[in-house]
Amino acid sequence: MIVADRKPFQEIIEMLAPYSRILLLGCNECVTVCAVGGAKEVAVLASEIRLRRAKEGIPVEIKEVTLERNCDPEYVETLQPFINDFDVALSMACGCGIQFVGERYRNRIVLPAVNTTFYGVTEQHGVWAERCQGCGNCVLDRTLGICPVTRCAKSLFNGPCGGSQGGVCEVNKETPCAWQLIVDRYKEMGVLDRYLEIQPVKDWSVSRDGGPRKRIREDLKI
Amino acid sequence: MRLEYPSNIKIVKVPCTGRVDIIHMLEAFEGGADGVCLVGCLEGDCHFLTGNIRARKRVEYAKQLLEESGIGKDRLVMYNLSAAEGQRFAQIAREMTEKIRGLGPNPIKAVISRQQTAETKRLYADS
Repeated sequence: MIVADRKPFQEIIEMLAPYSRILLLGCNECVTVCAVGGAKEVAVLASEIRLRRAKEGIPVEIKEVTLERNCDPEYVETLQPFINDFDVALSMACGCGIQFVGERYRNRIVLPAVNTTFYGVTEQHGVWAERCQGCGNCVLDRTLGICPVTRCAKSLFNGPCGGSQGGVCEVNKETPCAWQLIVDRYKEMGVLDRYLEIQPVKDWSVSRDGGPRKRIREDLKI
Repeated sequence: MRLEYPSNIKIVKVPCTGRVDIIHMLEAFEGGADGVCLVGCLEGDCHFLTGNIRARKRVEYAKQLLEESGIGKDRLVMYNLSAAEGQRFAQIAREMTEKIRGLGPNPIKAVISRQQTAETKRLYADS
């Protein structure tokens, strides 16, 4: 899923300063699962904004809408009947959703209420961790399911660097060394000899280095 | 026991403090509550095992949100006591009332009250 963090409340309040009628958007997908922008979090942020504005004596009207997805046109279209009744849209969806709503409604500014951070997994309830960077050229077959692009701070492909100490990355003592994990996994599966295979130079042109990416399936186009 | 406690406390019954979500606490303040007190079972004694422990964490989080929004974190408190501690409940009710009285009314009520007074004065001036 796409994981995000809510922006600091003060930043949100400052962004909203010029507006009094606010459409607060949530998303029922990734940001609901990582508990940052689903219907519940939308209700909490709306309540916080109302409390702050009430304390300051500045009127505010907030409509809370949580779309099934903010990244598909059919759901974004459902905002059409009422989005123009509001001064601004504040979105708790990921960066994709925020942009997509803004692209559809050109006469409305869509503000971000979250900082979109990474593609990750739920390690335990309330703990999310990064697993993928969408590099466009997956190597998980060669590393037995541990991504060196994402989980190694340097994205190394042929073993750890000198900063790997006791299985921990020098960048952050909480982060396991990805290459230690990969070697442990090779041993676990009885294929340690695969560690000796030299990995070829990776094609980064299919990653972000090649600019924004687009995927087209002609057979699905209507 | 016929214990007395301040009559300005409104009790909202829930099956377990684990049922109380962040939004319930915030909405109480939006509705004009001067303070909110969660009263859960003793930790380790939850019928649903961890409901009161989860409530404690949510209270901590809600306190941050209340502080950010300018209401103040001290208006929200959680206590743990058993169903047999009627005396302590009455004492907590008194303590909480005194504490909140010391903090003054919910700041949003003060603003609403000032706005209403200004509106009333304006209406009188017009008439």
